[in-house]
Amino acid sequence: MKPRINAFWLSCATLVVGGLVLTEVLHNDYYFNALYVVLQGTLMAVAWNILGGFTGYVNFGSAGFFAVGAYTSIFLDKYFGHVLPLPVLIAAAALVCALIGLGVGYLSLRLKGVYFSIATLAMAIVLATLISNWRYMGGARGAYILTPDTYLWFHSYIQMLFMVMLLLTVGAVAISRYLNTSRLGRGLAAIRDDEVAAECAGVPTLRLKLISTTLMGALMGIAGAPYPFFVTFVDPASAFSLFVAVNAIAMPMIGGTSHWIGPVIGALLLGSAQQVITVTVSSELNILFVGIMLVGFVTLAPQGIVGLVQKYWRRAR
Amino acid sequence: MSGPVLSVRSLTKRFGGFIALQNVDLHVNAGERLGLIGPNGSGKTTLINCISGALFNDEGSIEFENRDITRLPPHRRARMGIARSFQIPKPFRSMSVLENLRVPLEYAAWSRAEHRRISDEAMDVLEQMGLKGRANENSAGLTQVDMRKLELARALAAKPRLLVSDEAMAGLSSSEVDEILEILLALNKRGVAVIMIEHIMRAVMRFSERIVVLDAGQKIAEGVPAEIVRNPQVERAYLGE
Repeated sequence: MKPRINAFWLSCATLVVGGLVLTEVLHNDYYFNALYVVLQGTLMAVAWNILGGFTGYVNFGSAGFFAVGAYTSIFLDKYFGHVLPLPVLIAAAALVCALIGLGVGYLSLRLKGVYFSIATLAMAIVLATLISNWRYMGGARGAYILTPDTYLWFHSYIQMLFMVMLLLTVGAVAISRYLNTSRLGRGLAAIRDDEVAAECAGVPTLRLKLISTTLMGALMGIAGAPYPFFVTFVDPASAFSLFVAVNAIAMPMIGGTSHWIGPVIGALLLGSAQQVITVTVSSELNILFVGIMLVGFVTLAPQGIVGLVQKYWRRAR
Repeated sequence: MSGPVLSVRSLTKRFGGFIALQNVDLHVNAGERLGLIGPNGSGKTTLINCISGALFNDEGSIEFENRDITRLPPHRRARMGIARSFQIPKPFRSMSVLENLRVPLEYAAWSRAEHRRISDEAMDVLEQMGLKGRANENSAGLTQVDMRKLELARALAAKPRLLVSDEAMAGLSSSEVDEILEILLALNKRGVAVIMIEHIMRAVMRFSERIVVLDAGQKIAEGVPAEIVRNPQVERAYLGE
């Protein structure tokens, strides 16, 4: 066990140091834009997978959490006159979305399977309607955010945002990995496989589901919090975009939902492919690409890339 | 060891207007082997659902080791020492056989387990069940009899003082029935009280020290197996007038 733990933390440290090196080496801001989007997708995918993959409750409302995270930033930034530092905004977004996640967790008391999924979708729509009619937040017309002109020692603001997102994503992956490999994770997997049997084996299913939904909500809020500073203009249509929700589902599905590395692989693969297609072909085609990939994997490799690799290993032995 | 480990008092359970169980009294002594029989739809499974907590009863009370558990959720009851197996096996399909046993060891028996030895303890249980060779196989791919054994193994891993076995032998061949029977008897020898629900009379008669008969939600007879077979009411319930 010991050397594997070290290998994991070593890779995390390498990634962070690698990110820092990139900010010194690369000077074209486009790359950081692209990397930011890929990392944001990874964070969303990892968050989705905690509930959807580990616990077996499929959430269609990811965009709702993401948008509430973004709008929490907008609200606090505006209310306090653009003085709050980014970490405070991120923490606030995490808190707000954790509470919404907790509420969704209580839904799981009565709603299972597809009914739960539809309820999360409905929740996202309710939240979108609320924001669209909230004038202080810009309503349906959207809100502009001024990018602060301080960015620590980095060469540009986007470089700093990229580093922030990298740290958040690595943190989320560490949490997800802990969940996947711990006693808690086995309890969640038992819930996914059979909730009644889990309860009879002593698993406090409600408490574990609440932990799962709350964590998922918080991480999605965290992913959304820096978004206004990234795009500088947020409207309900873009923040609550179906594309955010679909990506959060497609990435773990393609990577494999049962293992913590699955959503990471799926997100890096799909996210990078999307960036390449957006630049080289067209941004419209990239939506088609996600659809085809998803259909392909669901029919040909329902366990995702991780599942394929595991199958291959088992055969090799 | 004496005195009841479980006592159910005047338990009533309704589903809408349908009375599934009416004023049922039941007790199980520590280390006892109790058979619970009755025709289909007589309320056996409802009764054990109430005992394990999967359903809450409408009236009456349930005590386990002198503590009222009537309103406790199933996982709390499992922690106290009530384990059950399911009529239709419910393995944790994404896990290996060994991992299936880790769940009750890490939750139901957590306060009683030696935390550093979870895998060893799981292996011990599998060995008793004759499933050791399948420890690393995926639980979804087991044969019917091994699936039943896994159900019992998982219940046993919860370190229960009362095991409720819900038709663990249904659909098994004669030699497989004997195999499961031996497992249950061995388990009981170590002090675990067992409630066995079964339709295979040969097994219930051999296993039980005492038998309770349910019919249409009511207890119609109770006694040692030899008495039960001769009871005219029981005969009527099974065969009609």
